[in-house]
Amino acid sequence: MAGASKAVADNRANLPFVYRQYSAEQLRNVLHKMYLIRRFEEGAEESYTRGLIHGTMHLSIGQEASAMGICMPLAEDDQITSTHRGHGHCIAKGAEVKRMFAEFFGKTTGYCKGRGGSMHIADVGKGNLGANGIVGGGIPIAVGAALSAKMMKTGKVVVSFFGDGANNEGAFHEALNMAAVWKLPVIFVCENNGYGMSTSTARSTAIKNIAERAAAYSMPGVIVNGNIFSEVAEASYKAVECARAGEGPTLIESKTYRHRGHSKSDRNRYRSKEEIEDWMSNRDPITLFENELREFGFIDDKGIEAIRDAVAREIADGIEFAKASPSPDVCDTGNYVYTEQA
Amino acid sequence: MDAMVRELSYAQAIQEAMAIAMDMDERVFLMGEDIGVYGGAFQVTGDLVDRFGTERVIDTPISELGGAGVAVGAALTGMRPIFEFQFSDFATLAMEQIVNQAAKMRFMLGGEVSVPVVMRFPAGSGTGAAAQHSQSLEAWLGHVPGLKVIQPATPHDAKGMLLAAVADPDPVMIFEHKLLYKVKGPVPEGYYTVPIGKADIRREGRDLTIVATSIMVHKALDAAAALEAEGIDIEVIDLRTIRPMDKQTVIDSVKKTSRLMCVYEAVKTLGIGAEVSAMVAESEAFDYLDAPIVRLGGAETPIPYNPELEKAVVPQVPDIIAAARDLVKGVR
Repeated sequence: MAGASKAVADNRANLPFVYRQYSAEQLRNVLHKMYLIRRFEEGAEESYTRGLIHGTMHLSIGQEASAMGICMPLAEDDQITSTHRGHGHCIAKGAEVKRMFAEFFGKTTGYCKGRGGSMHIADVGKGNLGANGIVGGGIPIAVGAALSAKMMKTGKVVVSFFGDGANNEGAFHEALNMAAVWKLPVIFVCENNGYGMSTSTARSTAIKNIAERAAAYSMPGVIVNGNIFSEVAEASYKAVECARAGEGPTLIESKTYRHRGHSKSDRNRYRSKEEIEDWMSNRDPITLFENELREFGFIDDKGIEAIRDAVAREIADGIEFAKASPSPDVCDTGNYVYTEQA
Repeated sequence: MDAMVRELSYAQAIQEAMAIAMDMDERVFLMGEDIGVYGGAFQVTGDLVDRFGTERVIDTPISELGGAGVAVGAALTGMRPIFEFQFSDFATLAMEQIVNQAAKMRFMLGGEVSVPVVMRFPAGSGTGAAAQHSQSLEAWLGHVPGLKVIQPATPHDAKGMLLAAVADPDPVMIFEHKLLYKVKGPVPEGYYTVPIGKADIRREGRDLTIVATSIMVHKALDAAAALEAEGIDIEVIDLRTIRPMDKQTVIDSVKKTSRLMCVYEAVKTLGIGAEVSAMVAESEAFDYLDAPIVRLGGAETPIPYNPELEKAVVPQVPDIIAAARDLVKGVR
């Protein structure tokens, strides 16, 4: 890839922010992780269909650039709270897919030892404080984590991911207000995929752009195309800098789309095939990023192929790991309700 | 070398416990509505803001759900918040964070985290504040695995149990009866804890076990003193913790007295009395019972405003005396 590196060196000054800010290796790693999220979701979906995963799940296929862009400027010890559609956030924050698969398969090697499943996937070691089954439930918790960071002077910032549906929950409004009043190091990220389950934002939300709600809480409100990695990452970078400098919170609205239904019960009766097809064919975040990387000389077809192969192996290995892992003992159902004390 | 013991009110004892906790551990801080310069609706935080500053005695907006969530998030990430609800009734606004988040987070994450949050709930009737400021909702939270729920009845226990709650790695909900705030009692100086999950036999007796909670402990003791003249010897157990419940103390007592009465202010149906009764009925103490179990609880109504009505809907000392006498004499 010597040729690619030279092109990078020649052209960077005129490229979008992320191509100036991050190394070619870092950017190729972003593509790797976007593929990892996509293939993880597909692997989970297939495992569900084959009866290896029970319950339900909410897939983030189509939202990969949003998860990766927001997490790009975060340090390992920065923290996030996530949502029911949280697999991508978990991977973007550094989780291993094999332990995520193990969790979905209900195994003891999973991140939550099989107690949480898809909807509570977490990786506390990497700063993911957990997905949440309650719409808006993680938002005040993120503000609390940011309060800890401020009181303990750790320099950490906290990102709270939530969907468009959460912007009509009281918790959203109470949490944004408190974060602004106390100038806490937190970034609110609304991944607006157009629908809260089946109800469109047009039918559920009195304003056109959720970012406009930021004005009510005296914080910057930023709208980004959530399917363009460089746009998301740039907005996140600025918000993180602002938070770390003690200037308080930002609300980022990342406009995106989920290719799949809300959950496994969705018959997609509230949106047209044409609409879905348009987003999949013309605005796929991975295709868009891949094209930019190729165009700007950060990667070539061979490099892309290598990433796809590596991801396929990682997914296959992860599923095998999950299958081979032990299930929890039924005698241990009482574990972790309370802290075990000596 | 016993610590010096003084007479303090229940509210003063709580305030002293919070000050000791904050002195001992810089992670401990207070959050709540009007707990700063105002001193709290019941003056429990009092002047603590002068001593610890506004960064550790934090006035929140009137946002119970958000505020409780912030406390949960802070606890999850290394701090030790003590969150005051202005009235326990306002827990209804924050049930999501208490029940879905605080209680379950450790479990859902497979033991990877803990949530050492303390929440304080001024509870109960008797202040003329009517139906939305007078409830006793402790059984609601007592129903949730993952929470610990306590109801200290004396200044001594209010201090010691709060310090135990702060030291506890799991979420502890403290229900404090508002009419107890001004009640005085002996409180040792300095740090001590009263264990969560341990009932206390306040009065030993042979004829009847009364299991009471919170302010009803005092009313039961008054009733027991009155019945002593009639030769009725009552054992009064202060349950102190409703989750996890100290079953053995109750079972042992019933085996001794052969009669059980539960006295609590919350609505009678589906409450603590039902739980204690069923627990005893399921235990070896069942065979020792000489009479049906009796529950004295709140009426099946909201708390009324009119003072006479307000008194009438929760058990009073004469009610306890009459019910205990009937039970011991086999009138029922």
